Amino acid sequence: MSVPLPYYLALSAVLFTIGVVGVLVRRNVIVVFMAIELMLNSVNLTLVAFSSFLGDVTGQALVFFVMAVAAAEAAVGLAIVIAVYRNKPTVHLDDINILKW
Amino acid sequence: MTYELVPLAVLLPFIGFLINGLLGRLIKREAVIGAIGSAAVGIGFLIGLNVLFSMLAADPEHRTHVVELFPWISAGGLQTSIAYQIDPLSVVMLLIVTGVGFLIHVYAIGYMHGDPGFWRFFTYLNLFIFAMLNLILADNFLLMFLGWEGVGLCSYLLIGFWYDRNFEKGTTGDAAKKAFIVNRIGDFGFLIGMFLIFTTFGTLRFAPVFAQAEAFPVGAPIMLAITLALFVGATGKSAQIPLFVWLPDAMAGPTPVSALIHAATMVTAGVYMVARCSLLYALAPATMTVVAVIGASTALFAATIGLVQNDIKKVLAYSTVSQLGYMFLAMGVGAFTAGIFHVMTHAFFKALLFLGAGSVIHAMHEEQDIQKMGGLKSHVPITYRTFLLASLAIAGIFPFSGFFSKDEILWKAFAGGHIVLWAMGLFGAILTAFYMFRLVSLTFDGEPRWAHGKHPHEAPATMTVPLMVLAFLSVFGGVLGIPAALGGGNAIEQWLEPVFRPALDKLPHEGHASHVLEYTLMIVSVGVALGGILVARRWYRSTTGVPEGIAARFPVIHRVLVNKYFVDEAYDAVVVNPIQKGSERILWKGIDVGVIDWLVNASARFVAYLSRTVRVVQTGVAQGYALAFVLGVVAILGWLLVH
Repeated sequence: MSVPLPYYLALSAVLFTIGVVGVLVRRNVIVVFMAIELMLNSVNLTLVAFSSFLGDVTGQALVFFVMAVAAAEAAVGLAIVIAVYRNKPTVHLDDINILKW
Repeated sequence: MTYELVPLAVLLPFIGFLINGLLGRLIKREAVIGAIGSAAVGIGFLIGLNVLFSMLAADPEHRTHVVELFPWISAGGLQTSIAYQIDPLSVVMLLIVTGVGFLIHVYAIGYMHGDPGFWRFFTYLNLFIFAMLNLILADNFLLMFLGWEGVGLCSYLLIGFWYDRNFEKGTTGDAAKKAFIVNRIGDFGFLIGMFLIFTTFGTLRFAPVFAQAEAFPVGAPIMLAITLALFVGATGKSAQIPLFVWLPDAMAGPTPVSALIHAATMVTAGVYMVARCSLLYALAPATMTVVAVIGASTALFAATIGLVQNDIKKVLAYSTVSQLGYMFLAMGVGAFTAGIFHVMTHAFFKALLFLGAGSVIHAMHEEQDIQKMGGLKSHVPITYRTFLLASLAIAGIFPFSGFFSKDEILWKAFAGGHIVLWAMGLFGAILTAFYMFRLVSLTFDGEPRWAHGKHPHEAPATMTVPLMVLAFLSVFGGVLGIPAALGGGNAIEQWLEPVFRPALDKLPHEGHASHVLEYTLMIVSVGVALGGILVARRWYRSTTGVPEGIAARFPVIHRVLVNKYFVDEAYDAVVVNPIQKGSERILWKGIDVGVIDWLVNASARFVAYLSRTVRVVQTGVAQGYALAFVLGVVAILGWLLVH
């Protein structure tokens, strides 16, 4: 007896929402990053769930792409964080606001 | 084969223009540059002579040839070619332009010696000859207009040739601009006339236009419009009332230019154009009257100004305006041949007068005021003798060339019943004789009035030889037009007769006038001219005080004449200043600054205001953007859910 599909979807919706809120409300860059990863992984969960439900491996294949992109994104993002940190020793988002008029 | 060489005569000056214009700075040697420039024109003269002789051999009815080179503009109904029409009229003009032009080129080698712009001068002169030949040889109005504009351009370039010199109240550049702008006003009339011709006849080529015009009745309104518009062009180019004001100022240019362009050739373009369109003019009797009245008025008006001028070139300039008036008087009374004959003799003696004036100016080290000359007779003997011959010719003394052409004009005016115009012309002739010999006496006779440091000397051979050739032509040029009354064949009248016959057929025929009357008028005109000469010599040979006395008795008239009837001032007040002030106050400060600039600035200010308002959205807080992003997604998803 397997877990029914709506359970997976509900879980990933909850995880996605947590990720969105995390991105929006947290001020620590690292935490924001983690929240983004959370959103990506909630989507991965949805994809795997649908893949299993529909008996189609395409969704699982797509997950690998998402993971690869997530890895690349993390690498670039952390590199930016380090680069910013060298100029301005902070990881607090409110202090990194020079991208404005 | 002879006629096919004519395009070469047109092309050679252009080649000379290219060589001297592109390489003149490198060639440096004045002799080489001058030889190239002169040869380019001289060969054209030889080609013209060759054409003349083969035409003489041909039957009078078969002397018109068209040499078509290549199609030029082909757009809709407009088909124009680069094509040259060679007929008795254009050959006469070709010989005048290249012949006198060649002599003046040679003269300029001596006159412009040592000028840093020597090569530039010959470049412009060759370009002028090229444009002028296009004007007179064109077989359609458009190519004629190309030449018409081209000579205007060269006139501008050559008046302003010494662009670093001052001239009267401004610079030579001001005089050049004045000439160009006044000419442009006339050219506008020419353009309108050309448009009217195209809409009426559907072509701009001479032969079909004139062939179709034959069918129009005398006095057709469209002919009146066309000829009046064209005549406006002629008043501009040929310095007639009301557009004559540029020609006296054109004396800012070097003297060979004054001789070539502003006396012998370019300014006669208007006369030539009227002669070329003689049929159209004959169909518009009202225009003929206008032409005759303007011509006679200009002849008299300019002559009166010439009486009191003290600049040697200014006197000659007003004399040119006056003589051009005689040519238009001839055109207006239907004496087309006499007009063209006067173009020819005038080219000889007026070119000679200007070149002689140049020689005097040269000898006096750039002095042009005849009040500061005097007694030059013995210092520049060749110049004096040739100048004297030219003055006798222009005064119309028998048997010099000017007598035959001017008397022919006056006789035709009288015989045509235009007694008032004849009287104006006759009075102008007295004034001409008077002011010319005032000039001669003040310059060459009497005691020297120049500073002791000066040593006037005769010009080099390159300058005196052209003077002598022109003097020969001024004296004997009249043999071409000895009237029947004096036992001559009037060769030029017979020569040009085929060209003007269509026009003459349309004109009312004058009754046959007796030779006795003609003799009487000849004696009258020579008599009054001699009177003018004698009075001028008596008053001006030595300081008599008579002219000053007359000036003191009629101070108002004297002041008006010295100030040239205040025409320049009137034009400044009525046309130039209103345009300048209007441009400054309305167009510049009103429309440009007030409207156009304001609109541009206002749109810029509006964008700046908008940016200031909107840019507060851009907080720089990335999470704020993300929030907007999420809200947007939620809104779209919600909308999709609802629908």
